[in-house]
Amino acid sequence: MCLAAPSQITHIEEGGFMAEVESFGNKRRVALIMVPTAKVGDYVLVHAGYAIQILDEEEAKESLRLWEEILCSQNS
Amino acid sequence: MLSEQLKRFREPQLAKETIVKVKKSLQALQTYQGHKAIFMEFCGTHTAAFSRTGLRQELKEYVTLLSGPGCPVCVTSAQDVDRIIAFSQIPQAIIATFGDMVKVRGSEMTLQEAKACGSDVRIVYSSLEALEIARENRERPVIFIAVGFETTTPTAALTLTKAIEEGIDNLFLYSLHKATAPALKALLHSELTTTDKRSTNIDGIILPGHVAIITGRKCWDFVVQESKIQATISGFEALDLLLALEDLTQGIMNQHDQVGNAYGRAVSEAGNIVAQQAMEQIFELQGGDWRGLGSIPQSSYKLKKEYAAHDAEKAFTLPALPESKGSSCQCGDILKGIKTPLQCPLFAKSCDPVHPQGPCMVSHEGTCATYYKYERKL
Repeated sequence: MCLAAPSQITHIEEGGFMAEVESFGNKRRVALIMVPTAKVGDYVLVHAGYAIQILDEEEAKESLRLWEEILCSQNS
Repeated sequence: MLSEQLKRFREPQLAKETIVKVKKSLQALQTYQGHKAIFMEFCGTHTAAFSRTGLRQELKEYVTLLSGPGCPVCVTSAQDVDRIIAFSQIPQAIIATFGDMVKVRGSEMTLQEAKACGSDVRIVYSSLEALEIARENRERPVIFIAVGFETTTPTAALTLTKAIEEGIDNLFLYSLHKATAPALKALLHSELTTTDKRSTNIDGIILPGHVAIITGRKCWDFVVQESKIQATISGFEALDLLLALEDLTQGIMNQHDQVGNAYGRAVSEAGNIVAQQAMEQIFELQGGDWRGLGSIPQSSYKLKKEYAAHDAEKAFTLPALPESKGSSCQCGDILKGIKTPLQCPLFAKSCDPVHPQGPCMVSHEGTCATYYKYERKL
């Protein structure tokens, strides 16, 4: 029920309420009002027709970097 | 590119290496605690993710992963389903609902069966589609069955706000939205912590990642600070789940005083403020019935008085509802993590996804449906 699909914003409609997003090759219209700072090219999580969050690229990088560090120390 | 990084959270090789590390940590935790750890995943999407990725099986010698009450369809009471069916029998009414709800049995029938008897029931993916149906059918009442936790609640609030702005007065909400934190509190203070200590007591909680996007991380600190149980917010990819298990394990051994956040790319400290404001604008918290958990104070999002004109419960008078019947369905105990589906006498016998007896078998993310698909011994 609480599934949310990562999707990339391809077009923001006039007024900013709706946007077109692409997820795994599928395009669809979603409401953008919950993430007012989102811009074209951003990745958002979409739930029940609404983008609910902009994914933070730096945080994603940081999680992966932390893991690689942990695994490196384990393997060495 | 972010998309490349997101793919890495599913990368098999990285996950394999990580599993080795997590197993070592869980072994250390077992030594530290003197027993194998018991973790509960609150959220049904996590239940499905642990089974789908094979992690529940892979790690079963190292950690017992119990499912919690985090499937909004599953915790909807039979009486509430009866009300939905009664709404569907109002002349000219159109019911707009998420797909899972049509298969949940009330005291006598499902919404699907009501549809077969002539009710106009339409499955929607978003409340915005319900608004569209209302725009196209201005002469008919359109009742949106608003189900879900905080992830979904603000979407219904914002759709209703838009309907009001547009003057669409034939859209009604039957709000069954529920708040997750009061349920977790109730669960942690129920028999789980008072009965036989080690058979049911949980050592750590994996908190719902998409609910936390809305609520933020810090509002969950009560779990650690009041209930004295470690907890970590998790994402839904294989690597996210492993990261959360590691964080939870370290949290217990190092006695962290805050809830961990292993889903930093999506969950912030304070959450989504626009969503929180939208919920506060439209809804207020009241007591609510949860299947399996009973009545929980301040756990149910109901429309505020000023929105009574769009509140299906206020706008329509329903006939007397059927009396609920007893059943040997174990959904109640399964939702509390006391039993697994394998301990229910109906599981995979008279209850399966085609003929579900209880709601945990109905929803794709219900614990029983997940176990039926992934964990059943054939």
